[in-house]
Amino acid sequence: MKLTRRTFLGACAVLAVARPRPAFPAKALRVGMTPAFLHTQHGLLAEWRAYMEARLRRPVEIVQRDSYRETMDLLRQEQLDFSWICTYPYVFLKRQLRLVAVPLYQSQPYYRAYLIVSAKNPQIKDLSQLRGKVFAYADPYSCTGHLYPRYQLRKMGEDPAKFFAKTFFTYSHHKLIEAVADGLAQGGSVDSYVWDSLQALKPEITRRTLLVSKSPEFGFPPIVARRSLPEADFSAVQTMLVMMRRDPQGSELLQRLNLNGFIHGRPNLYDGVAEMMRAFGEG
Amino acid sequence: MTPRPMRFLLNLSFRYKVPLWGSLLIVGTAAIISSTLLLGSYQELKSDLLRDATTQGRTMTASLFPAMLHDQVWRAYEIIRAPFGRESGEHPVQAESFVVLDQRGQVYVSTTPEAIPMLADFRQLSPDYAALATAIAQPGHDTKVLEPDGSEHLFVTTPIREEQAHLGTLVQIYSKKVLHSRFQKSAEQAALTAVLVIVLLLPLGWYWGQRTAVPLVRLTERMEELGRRLPDNLAPELYDYQDELGRLYHAYNRTLQELRGKAEIERQMIHSERLAAIGKLTAGIAHEINNPLLGMLTAVNTLRHHGELNPRTLKTLTLLERGLIQIKDTVGALLVEAKVRSRDLSPQDMEDVRTLIEPQARARGVSLRWDSQLSAPLPLPSTAVRQVLINLLLNAVQASAPGGEVAVTIGTRSGSDTSLALVVVNGGEILTDMQTAHLFEPFANEDERGRGLGLWVCYQIVRQLGGNIAVQSDLRDGAGRTAFEVTLPLGAAQ
Repeated sequence: MKLTRRTFLGACAVLAVARPRPAFPAKALRVGMTPAFLHTQHGLLAEWRAYMEARLRRPVEIVQRDSYRETMDLLRQEQLDFSWICTYPYVFLKRQLRLVAVPLYQSQPYYRAYLIVSAKNPQIKDLSQLRGKVFAYADPYSCTGHLYPRYQLRKMGEDPAKFFAKTFFTYSHHKLIEAVADGLAQGGSVDSYVWDSLQALKPEITRRTLLVSKSPEFGFPPIVARRSLPEADFSAVQTMLVMMRRDPQGSELLQRLNLNGFIHGRPNLYDGVAEMMRAFGEG
Repeated sequence: MTPRPMRFLLNLSFRYKVPLWGSLLIVGTAAIISSTLLLGSYQELKSDLLRDATTQGRTMTASLFPAMLHDQVWRAYEIIRAPFGRESGEHPVQAESFVVLDQRGQVYVSTTPEAIPMLADFRQLSPDYAALATAIAQPGHDTKVLEPDGSEHLFVTTPIREEQAHLGTLVQIYSKKVLHSRFQKSAEQAALTAVLVIVLLLPLGWYWGQRTAVPLVRLTERMEELGRRLPDNLAPELYDYQDELGRLYHAYNRTLQELRGKAEIERQMIHSERLAAIGKLTAGIAHEINNPLLGMLTAVNTLRHHGELNPRTLKTLTLLERGLIQIKDTVGALLVEAKVRSRDLSPQDMEDVRTLIEPQARARGVSLRWDSQLSAPLPLPSTAVRQVLINLLLNAVQASAPGGEVAVTIGTRSGSDTSLALVVVNGGEILTDMQTAHLFEPFANEDERGRGLGLWVCYQIVRQLGGNIAVQSDLRDGAGRTAFEVTLPLGAAQ
């Protein structure tokens, strides 16, 4: 089911009735979420929001959009206070954003791009064999799902626009895995965090795909804040995130998010991505 | 000519034919009804499928249009994939595949990307699809149902268009196998029901067949006997209904009754004709004998009185005369003449007969029960009637065992013709069939007691007076009962 803002707010209202909230004086914090993570785990998202509200002692509003582009627009228009965004949009909007925290995935602040093919095509061993095939991208602003495979082709001396017979966007890593598993696309590049998490949750889907190659590490998609945000809000949220793994409720949520925790992180973690973007004349 | 096996079937007894035809009718009816229902359900299934498919196609193409317009392959895939349950269970009729073709006939996206991959030329994938592509290429605005000859698939095609913009075509592919397997399921159910109906109805049919056939078979057996002898009646409980067969039974039994009556009359006629012939012969002979006899007696008499005869001749003459007189008596007895003039019968005549017979009855130890209801003279020759009554009584007394009883009833009967009725009953041994058959013939019952002319005389008299004599001899409650009944119409003799 596609989550719209309305159904999401509806779910929040139900939650509000179920568990009476303390009356918070301050205005709500608006937190953006991108489809890379949690996009279908509405229950988990609602619990995380309740956790944040309890820790921050103020209302939190979650804003979900179907594409990275829409979240990026909201950030640019300063309609969001915080957001969990992909690496590529972060580097792209670096000047307008402050890095709040970086998640720890498998105890590292890194993730990779996985090149996957359909399990019915075991003869395909690397990207070059996908010439003239149908290839699935995740989102135009996805680092692992769009930028990295194109960068690789560029390095191979190929024109990413002509190498494949056809490409299309699924706007979600989860759906990209499905597209490859169903054989709609012969190959795709996917977020390692999503593929690994899905393999733990729904192995029947990932079993129909083959992991062909792994990219080098990139900085994990960070939590960012708009530059204009008051310092108090910024540090409150940053502390709340970093301290999450210290309390039982927070570590339970982290476990369900398949993360180890959040660290402060530094912007140079994302230099590798910036370099790839420069190859395409961006950033 | 009817072929041999058919002939054999048609020659079968009704006992088998009726239930057999009945069974055939039941089986045939069950088969026809089942197949009609099945055909109907197949057509319904198909039209349901096509209606659903058409509606679904129109709905999908409406949302496919913007997806194709913005080249959102994944969106298009999600749209066409939606009707297929993810954990594909029992959908009424699951489509085999949905395919979106672009304007050039290339596969834009399909729900079975491994068999019908993106970008493939649809025409090249299978001969079915080639035929289909040609049909799609023809301009049209609405959904089409295509069923290429010899194909195992049904296709529903819907153009993806808005206003003047035509982006491609949605093709819904249904396997006829799904229809067939669904049809097979219904067919199996129908067959099962039919078998159940047959199992229930066949014994009933067989039973009714037997109910009709068995009486017919019995009737036929009886009718076939008719030529040889008169068969028995059919037991009415064998078929106690008022339909044609029941009426046939009644008619048969009635016919049989009439035939029996006719046979009895024939027997009686033969009997009386024989008696009449004997009577005629006897009378003729008696007349022929009487004439010379009278002459001879006269001659002997004359010789006795006028001649000088020695004792030896006289003795011879006496011997001759006695012999001739015995012949005359015998002939006289044979020559019954009832219509000699005589006075009318009076009640006293009956009393005279009683007085005459009583000593003889007493001598044999037989009691006489007398019941005469005559109160006035009747116009009948008294001599003849007395003769008949005396003969019958003498016979009855002699037939009775000592201690027995002879009952006499005398009265008049009024009917179309008033008649005198004499009934003489004795309780002696009953008559044998042989005796009954020749009862009224002269010398038929000759024994030590007499020459057996008594009944012959009775018969002759009664016939000459236009009456009737009948005998009934049978066992009643272990005792014999033989009754002679004489009826004489009044006035017939005068």
